[in-house]
Amino acid sequence: MAEKTYSQAINEALEEEMRRDEKVYILGEDVGAFGGCFGVTTGLLEKFGAERVLDAPISETAIMGSAVGAAVAGLRPVPEIMFVDFVGVCLDELLNQAAKMHYMFGGKAKVPLTLRMACGAGVGAAAQHSQSLEAFMCHIPGLKVVMPATAADAKGLLKSAIRDDNPVIYLEHKALLGVTGEVPEGEYTIPLGKADIKREGKDVTILAYSMMLHKALAAAETLAQEGIEAEVIDPRTLVPFDKETLYKSIEKTGRLVIVHEAVKQGGFGGEIAAMVAEECFDSLDASIKRVAAPFSPIPFASNLEAAYIPDEAKIIEAVKSFF
Amino acid sequence: MALNKEQMLDLYRQMRMIREFEETVAKFFSQGQIPGFVHLYIGEEAVATGVCANLEKQDYIASTHRGHGHGVARGASINKMMAEIFGRADGECKGKGGSMHIADVELGFLGANGIVGAGLPLATGAGFAAKYMKTNGVAICFFGDASSNRGTFHESLNMASVQKLPVVFVNENNMYGISMSQERHQNITDIADRAGSYGMPGIVVDGNDVMAVYEAAEEAIKRARAGGGPVLIECKTYRHHGHFEGDPCVYRSDEEVNAWKAKDPLPRFANRLQEMKMATEAEISQIDTEVKKIIADAVEFAQNSPVPSLDELTTDVYCD
Ligand SMILES: Cc1ncc(C[n+]2csc(CCOP(=O)(O)OP(=O)(O)O)c2C)c(N)n1
Ligand SMILES: [Mg+2]
Repeated sequence: MAEKTYSQAINEALEEEMRRDEKVYILGEDVGAFGGCFGVTTGLLEKFGAERVLDAPISETAIMGSAVGAAVAGLRPVPEIMFVDFVGVCLDELLNQAAKMHYMFGGKAKVPLTLRMACGAGVGAAAQHSQSLEAFMCHIPGLKVVMPATAADAKGLLKSAIRDDNPVIYLEHKALLGVTGEVPEGEYTIPLGKADIKREGKDVTILAYSMMLHKALAAAETLAQEGIEAEVIDPRTLVPFDKETLYKSIEKTGRLVIVHEAVKQGGFGGEIAAMVAEECFDSLDASIKRVAAPFSPIPFASNLEAAYIPDEAKIIEAVKSFF
Repeated sequence: MALNKEQMLDLYRQMRMIREFEETVAKFFSQGQIPGFVHLYIGEEAVATGVCANLEKQDYIASTHRGHGHGVARGASINKMMAEIFGRADGECKGKGGSMHIADVELGFLGANGIVGAGLPLATGAGFAAKYMKTNGVAICFFGDASSNRGTFHESLNMASVQKLPVVFVNENNMYGISMSQERHQNITDIADRAGSYGMPGIVVDGNDVMAVYEAAEEAIKRARAGGGPVLIECKTYRHHGHFEGDPCVYRSDEEVNAWKAKDPLPRFANRLQEMKMATEAEISQIDTEVKKIIADAVEFAQNSPVPSLDELTTDVYCD
């Protein structure tokens, strides 16, 4: 194991998959010599050349749409849209083209592409550069949605995403890019649809992903000092979603808190809560709690942004409401 | 129309105001007093200044992520703009928007924008509204060279042209979109050439010459106001700073930067004013001093303004 940043882990996954399969290529704005707006693709141009690491014009519709076309024609594109907030610019290519082609064509077409985008708040980037938009992507049949929280997961999941024959949305949290974690040496992948129990506990289950996993783990440490043992589960991928790991945990704890950075209303936490209520109700000893962002765009002012983003204190408060 | 001395000095003052504003933002950003991202307009002041000097009260402008200069030139409150960038309650947008979303709709400033190319259809719509409501207004869209590769550019120019809307598309060709030089992002040199595809005039001007910009905009705005339809004006210019503050700028050479700094619109216009005997050196430095004071006062205003109340978090999501 070696300590690496989340960003380095993503970079390694890209490099390894590009070495493994010549059909894999990257295209996006400033991904070449500049190394990406956040530095994630640093060095890849030098290693693979401009045929495989393509600097695109500001033409998201064409970036995404051409990736879909190239994927159907046999390549494995890994397009990058700098911020998930810009996905609106190429939404048709994502939702009407990439997501549906396999189905509409009766299973005859494959769209093996991985769309990388930076998500998340916490850097003062305001309303159009900070969102967590995973919920609506989870609503579109045909797309897979991956949201890693740690460097090791970021690497293993990206490798699986690139090898997957479906369009996969891969959301990297911009405030996690510099965060380090242990990354296994050598080749490994992490399957899509397999949750990870990041901390074991018997009193309450906290389900959290992406940045919120870290806040949940911190909250769990504080709670442990007060005698509450939280089990913290990271689903890692929202589509497919690992119900089994979650339900097993709830059978043990009887209590569930769902945490995400996205707006609570219409957020994916609502879907998880509904699944649990439908399929696992008898295991619950208390109503489900959600900790998520308020129903507003993301504010600029630092104090408002800090109040907006769910934090350790709010998670602790939700857990304590059970006891 | 030839400008009189007062108008000429106003152009200079406005450019100096933008420069001083931006240099001050750069300073406080580097000290960690301004959160988020800032994209500065230093080097491009002649464009916003030359265009906005032609505007009337009922007119609109749509801006970009590099929007402070457009706001200043449109006459937005310097104090409120500064307070917004600092994230304070007295900011233009109560501290909720920040640098990339500064706006003053009452003044016809439809806002900076975090989405590249988003302003083009917005300005087209504002032009449509002016025509529909017969306000005699025009809408200006400022947009970068690299944003002309977005579909919104093509769709907006076509629509504005076919509907004969009073819109003037002002391209700020600073030769880069982040790290991508123009030759790497499009196979043309003059973005104005694209106007032809949409059946409107396309004009190239020296964007570091405030008079040239003023004159080109004057004619285009007159034409648009009179119902003649849209015009595309391409202003060749350069940003002195990086794409955003903190950009290492590895993609361009010092020679290139220095060559453009030698064409800095501010000293250039100051010299011209003196050559034309429109102003003395003393008058110019007098303006510089006045502007410095206005900006220093704006910083004080911003720093004395409270941070927004937490109650503001979920207000303004809907109108009442
Ligand atoms: C739709 C969209 N794509 C990408 C970005 C990221 N981005 C912000 S500014 C910029 C470059 C814009 O270049 P240009 O239009 O030439 O304007 P300039 O920055 O040079 O003023 C990019 C790629 C964005 N904000 N929105
Ligand atoms: Mg540019």
